[in-house]
Amino acid sequence: MADLTQTWDVLIAGGGNAGLCAAIAARRAGASVLVLEAAPKFYRGGNTRHTRNMRCAHDAATATLTGPYGEDEFWDDLRRVTEGETDESLARFTIAESKEILGWIGRQGVRFQPSLGGTLGLDRTNAFFLGGGRAMLNALYRTALGLGVAVEYEAEVADLEIDGGKFRAAHVRRGDQRARVQAKAFVAAAGGFEADIDWLARHWGEAARNFLVRGSPYNRGTLLKALLERGAEPVGDPTQCHAVAIDARAPRFDGGIVTRLDCVPFGIVVDREGRRFHDEGEDLWPRRYAVWGRLVAAQPGQIAYCILDAKARELYMPSLYPAIEAPDLRTLALELSLDPGALARTVDEFNAAARPGKFDRDALDGCRTEGLAPRKSHWARRIDQAPFLAYPLRPGITFTYLGARVDRQARVARKDGGAFANMFAAGEIMAGNVLGRGYAAGVGMTIGAVFGRVAGTEAARAARA
Amino acid sequence: MPPAPDLPSATDALAQARAEARRLMTVCNACRYCEGRCAVFPAMEARRQFADGELDYLAQLCHACGACLGDCQFAPPHEFKVDVPRALAELRWESYRAHAWPRALAPMFARNGLKVAVAAALGAAGFLAGFALFDEPAALVSRHGGPGAFYRLMPHNAMLALFGAAFLYAVLAMALGVRSFQRAIPQLDGAGGARPLWQAARDAASLRYLGGGGEGCGDAEGRVADRRRLYHHFAFYGFLLCFAATCVATVNHYALGRLAPYPWYDLPVVLGTLGGVGLLVGPAGLLAEKWRRDPELQDPARFGMETAFLLMLFAVSLTGLALLVLRYTAAMPLLLALHLGFVFALFLTAPYGKFVHGLYRFAALVRYAREHHGAAAPETEG
Repeated sequence: MADLTQTWDVLIAGGGNAGLCAAIAARRAGASVLVLEAAPKFYRGGNTRHTRNMRCAHDAATATLTGPYGEDEFWDDLRRVTEGETDESLARFTIAESKEILGWIGRQGVRFQPSLGGTLGLDRTNAFFLGGGRAMLNALYRTALGLGVAVEYEAEVADLEIDGGKFRAAHVRRGDQRARVQAKAFVAAAGGFEADIDWLARHWGEAARNFLVRGSPYNRGTLLKALLERGAEPVGDPTQCHAVAIDARAPRFDGGIVTRLDCVPFGIVVDREGRRFHDEGEDLWPRRYAVWGRLVAAQPGQIAYCILDAKARELYMPSLYPAIEAPDLRTLALELSLDPGALARTVDEFNAAARPGKFDRDALDGCRTEGLAPRKSHWARRIDQAPFLAYPLRPGITFTYLGARVDRQARVARKDGGAFANMFAAGEIMAGNVLGRGYAAGVGMTIGAVFGRVAGTEAARAARA
Repeated sequence: MPPAPDLPSATDALAQARAEARRLMTVCNACRYCEGRCAVFPAMEARRQFADGELDYLAQLCHACGACLGDCQFAPPHEFKVDVPRALAELRWESYRAHAWPRALAPMFARNGLKVAVAAALGAAGFLAGFALFDEPAALVSRHGGPGAFYRLMPHNAMLALFGAAFLYAVLAMALGVRSFQRAIPQLDGAGGARPLWQAARDAASLRYLGGGGEGCGDAEGRVADRRRLYHHFAFYGFLLCFAATCVATVNHYALGRLAPYPWYDLPVVLGTLGGVGLLVGPAGLLAEKWRRDPELQDPARFGMETAFLLMLFAVSLTGLALLVLRYTAAMPLLLALHLGFVFALFLTAPYGKFVHGLYRFAALVRYAREHHGAAAPETEG
């Protein structure tokens, strides 16, 4: 067990991608480093456990990435998904650093593979971790521990002592124990607050009680709250989170990737009254899946049902829970506790409006409805072949946008101007600086690794000062 | 022999093992993070439903290297309880039982270690008694020398008939078992011929998929911690060299009329010695790795079977090498009886123990090479 009474050079709260990159960088710079991870050992690393790739700019193909992905193209992608909700200077810095971070991460023992089967168009832009995010974490932990970084599990930073604009100590909760840990520099890398349902409910109301959390139950935002209360300047929309529609049968927390559903474009989605509420075929699914979390969240009871027929069965990625099946729509409606008459009306109207066309799963095929509101723009085929299938949908929260503002040295900005000299932030707790809205696959990991490494290096420097 | 009372009946256990494997493959097929690790996951991705025979096939592709367990965000204590190496080990073993020929001998797989040990003891005792009965009992403790010395204890034709019968029986029983396994996998159209065989031979010869996509065997935290591949190579190639030595000696005997024992520099002895060393180093190393393995990756239910197989290989080699060194001393008859007894038991128990893993694995690799698993999968979020 690490000595919590000594004064550490660098104290890091959070043992995910960002925290470990910071720990390794600080340790390599000669600092003594303690990482406090709130989760037990198996669940260490927050949402890094559930990730699988990292978006990196590169000028030429690598062993695992096809083709070049230039800084400007990366910036265009980021500007598009965030709709301008990004700090351009920090975003461009992240992108520039992303070129080197892939090699750096590789040197810390993380291994990569070509893009996974079944992922759209990421083979050029995103480097996939061999074995996924937990394998990546395991490699970082091995390296960090080998370098002499100390790690404490089930130890959560609950509050911060700040004096004269400088971090002095962290108040740590470990089970029933309380400890005051002193350090010369501090790195906040403890994730967002998506697992704190009460916090979400402050913005979303009681609807938040029906949200599922896709990742770690340990991202409760305890440290983020402490930072903001102790004078850090916030960044990002506090009311927003990234949410997708996932299988409603998923566990409350930590269901991860296997509970996602890709079937929406190939069927219709109805609310609990049996009515459609949005165009299921607006665009290719990878560009639309993130919209559906918020759409379902806005429906009564935060529940919806995707209705498909036998033709659709093999068109989408398999998921954890089997489809609810019935020989006819009436039985299906009863299985889902929907009004059979209402569902039948919706399906009849949809079938009558679906125009014939050449169906193509992988392209905007123009198979659409006419005279139906809301319309379905693509992949609109009649739902008429038994057996009929259904998946229940609920909003699944991936991460939150609210964070602490930082500068290029990853220093935490003060609400009253300037920055804390020896406090740094990395990862989801500051990702809102760069990703203030929307999402592009693998960007969170890029931000975490880039700012983690910077924060660790700068924290080690601050500790020497 | 009825199943041991403390074990579930074979069919229940098989159904349970398949049910768990099916559950896990459903989870894994929705995740796919481990697809770069080995052949199991790409083979899984080519399917959406998993028939019994297909699960048996996936199980045979797994080397239990443990990489995917360390990678898995859904491993125990997560509520999804995904432990693929354990579930597939369970199913491998159950499918050896299920496909055993003749079916009546399937219970041999239960408490396999004990049964193999008994077979080895009986084999050795049988040869000792045989020498004593058919020769002068004094011949057992006297010195023998010169060409044909072994056959004064047991005529060559008797040896050939006995071992030829045991060997042919083992080959037949294992071939029928593997055939039953292959027939349970839904058939493929086309893609036959020599290419998949050649690919599978290369994959098997290099143990391509033992080692988590190039990283080596790990433990539950992903530490690269053991050398199973290296020791397996020692054991496997040692076995092949010993087999080659036997073949060359047979040619010497019948085609060239040269009788054993041969001088140390002669080809059968050189091959047998090298192979024998491999069969000492390999099994010993694999046993050591078994003890050192991360407890999460150990398989107590199969411990007896695997240990018995490794010890048998070790004992065959040790007695063989001892026979080589001491063949001109009075210890030769005793060592010859021990060696022949162990080899005989190895042959007879081969179809009902760990030996079959290589054949099932090879059949699975051939199948894997035959499958077209490059077809585009549906696409999803990043």
